[in-house]
Amino acid sequence: MDSSWLRPAPAGLEILPARAFIDPLRPVDLAIITHAHADHARPGHKQVIATEATLAIMAARLGPDFAETKTVLDYGDSLRLGDLCLTMAPAGHILGSAQIVMDYNDTRIIAAGDYKRAADPTCQPFQPVPCDIFITEATFGLPVFRQPDPLAEIARLLALPARFPGRAILVGAYALGKAQRLIALLRQAGWDKTIYLHGAMLGPCRIYQEFGVDLGDLQPVTTDRKSLPADQLAGQFVLAPPSALGSSWARRLPDPLSCMASGWMQVRARARQSGIECPLVISDHADWPDLLATLDEVRARQVWVTHGREDALLHACKQRGLDARALRLIGYEEDSA
Amino acid sequence: MKSFSGLLEALLYAPGRKAKLSWLQDWLASTPDPDRGWGLAALTGELAFPHVKAGLVRELAAAASDPDLFALSYDFVGDLAETTALIWPEPAELAAPPSLSAIVAPLQQANRQEAAELVSGWLNGMDATQRWALLKLATGGLRVGVSGRLARLSVASAFDRDIAEIEEIWPLLAPPYTALFDWLEGRADKPDARGRAVFRPLMLAHPLSETDADQLDMSLYQTEWKWDGARVELAAAQDGVRLFALWNDITAAFPEIVPPTGWQGTLDGELLAGQPDAVASFGRLQQRLNRKKAGRKLQQDNPVFLRVYDLLVEGETDWRAAPLSERRARLEVLAASWPAGGRLDLSEVLAVGTPQELAEKRAACRSDALIEGMMLKRKDSPYLAGRPKGHWWKWKRDPLRADLVIMYAQRGHGRRSSLYSDFTLGAWRDGADGPELVPVAKAYSGFSDQELRALDKFVRQNIVNRFGPVREVEKQLVAELAFDSVQRSSRHRSGVALRFPRFHALRWDKPAEEADWLASIEALIGG
Repeated sequence: MDSSWLRPAPAGLEILPARAFIDPLRPVDLAIITHAHADHARPGHKQVIATEATLAIMAARLGPDFAETKTVLDYGDSLRLGDLCLTMAPAGHILGSAQIVMDYNDTRIIAAGDYKRAADPTCQPFQPVPCDIFITEATFGLPVFRQPDPLAEIARLLALPARFPGRAILVGAYALGKAQRLIALLRQAGWDKTIYLHGAMLGPCRIYQEFGVDLGDLQPVTTDRKSLPADQLAGQFVLAPPSALGSSWARRLPDPLSCMASGWMQVRARARQSGIECPLVISDHADWPDLLATLDEVRARQVWVTHGREDALLHACKQRGLDARALRLIGYEEDSA
Repeated sequence: MKSFSGLLEALLYAPGRKAKLSWLQDWLASTPDPDRGWGLAALTGELAFPHVKAGLVRELAAAASDPDLFALSYDFVGDLAETTALIWPEPAELAAPPSLSAIVAPLQQANRQEAAELVSGWLNGMDATQRWALLKLATGGLRVGVSGRLARLSVASAFDRDIAEIEEIWPLLAPPYTALFDWLEGRADKPDARGRAVFRPLMLAHPLSETDADQLDMSLYQTEWKWDGARVELAAAQDGVRLFALWNDITAAFPEIVPPTGWQGTLDGELLAGQPDAVASFGRLQQRLNRKKAGRKLQQDNPVFLRVYDLLVEGETDWRAAPLSERRARLEVLAASWPAGGRLDLSEVLAVGTPQELAEKRAACRSDALIEGMMLKRKDSPYLAGRPKGHWWKWKRDPLRADLVIMYAQRGHGRRSSLYSDFTLGAWRDGADGPELVPVAKAYSGFSDQELRALDKFVRQNIVNRFGPVREVEKQLVAELAFDSVQRSSRHRSGVALRFPRFHALRWDKPAEEADWLASIEALIGG
């Protein structure tokens, strides 16, 4: 097993034989992007290799000229970069999110990026691929993180309009990924009324719809009080980015009841700190049991942990007889997990 | 247990006092006796299980999971009950949740071993929210933002009574408060405090600002120093003599504080260390407050006395409805008979004719660390429970300030348990190899939520060393701390201790080298 060709560098994970970086933090000649969240998909690279959906979201966010060359590499497709073979596999994190599968010198290394195993109607489920070295995140790498069934959380959310008919149910969710997943889960649970959106949600929702994800009837919360009177939002779901929850924007809603969909909501003190009335434990990252189950399924001999609570995951790997090390990559945010 | 865990969670996330109150009222109206009383006792901190302590929960949790993983989880979550509830293995099948009384009675009688078995047995049949509520209940300290006062207020509003009436009889009650609910629901007479030395609710003052002070007609007010001791109430009745610090009975710690033999009644005053003509530092009082009991030697070595400022009850007479001027007149008559050199002393009434004189007196407070400001009480004010508006004012002296460097940080507890919110700050002094920082204060308040998030981010990005839960950070961020006074302290490496240090401003602009030196803080001692 040879892992000398992949190493953590200041710009990100560097693939030496391809002269490429995975999710680089600064502009490079060749970037391979796992998914389109802003901290992973940055502007300024010469060439970008990513899935079609990831490239589409990047173009919408960063402008169509975000890179000189854009190379589509979809799930299951392979690309040769010198002697290295690059393949994409679904990561289940958000639309277009991919694990980067690298084969070189008889060694297979997978950089899983951010991933989850829980049900998500808006993206392809994570596909376990056997490998020699598995590079995992550890956002929820502590045994206290055991996420409940997302549909059970959605059921709690759906009970709110009846109990608080005079209040807008304001749900804080990351604009890309989490928001669309929530909408799809609400639809799956039977909510077929219009869902109202903060302006920041509109673009990402449109891309999801273009890629064939059914989100039902969506409407922006406009400043125009005539076309959308505030009281029309009472007893309705309004989705907004977490930063908008306590903002002046939220004050136009009728007595908003703040909810927040995030894996961090599992820790009561954290939910309370953010002034949330109804915390929803819904995450786009693998929880502790899923992290461990994934390690079992990919049967890697070595585990590298990128970012998150790596200490506990390293300890658990050691208990399982796995060779594990922390890469301590910095620069990847965990706020909206 | 199921409805109690629901209540706890609702209270935890309720956005304000009003919402909490409505959840509590619902609970009181819908819960049968004695469960509602036990729940109330848990919320007001009056329910204790001597054998269920943090240590026991930690042992159970470590046994049910992996000790290392538990330690890492606890460090992250910051709350023992919550960590344990979350890390506990999920039951294959939920048991029927036990009632509160089915938990309280056996747990109170259990020894340590039995308590451990009971608690883990219950945990094995509960969901995560119930596990959290059970552990909170069993270890005490619920931290769901309900004060004793709010709980009593909920009883008052649930039964359409005045809070003062509830607080007045509260000391006569014991969990599960059957006598209280029997009276409120018309099954029994109101509990009667006559002849019993119990705590009477205190009257509190509102803070006064400089502009308010300019407007005052001083002839309407009685002015006194605001002493920096401990507010206590001395009660003597047929059933004995007791000293209270709020609702806590601290008689055993201060046995020398007694009224003249034979006198019965209730006095309100400030407990201070030293002698009436030579008040000792707050640190000296702290040494006494830290002791549960005081023998003769401690009483001699570290004397305390009570500076009395109000009279609530004398014999059968309740003075509280009378105006302050009359209570004071009676108090002066009583004080005339207190023996000189005794442990009772009358708070001096100051001659202050104008707001200017008041401001001058306040500015002079600085010279004596044990006067923390001025008290102004309307001469016509009755003695009312709580913090009634427009009667009493406190005008604290300006705090002292220093620019210090953040050296260490630790996660907070409760609402702030996932943020670095507890900080150790240092000042410069000459060390062997040039200037070095020495810790002088710990502070964990005074910042806004936004500043707290910025501090948390700063810590996370600047960790240079880890000592258990403590993180050492790059010594580069200066914070301006406010504090009430500085004392010499042999327990601190710097030799000084700051009183009530809190953040005043974050000085992102100020280089660490320009922070204050220890010598300039030492210069504030006694000031």
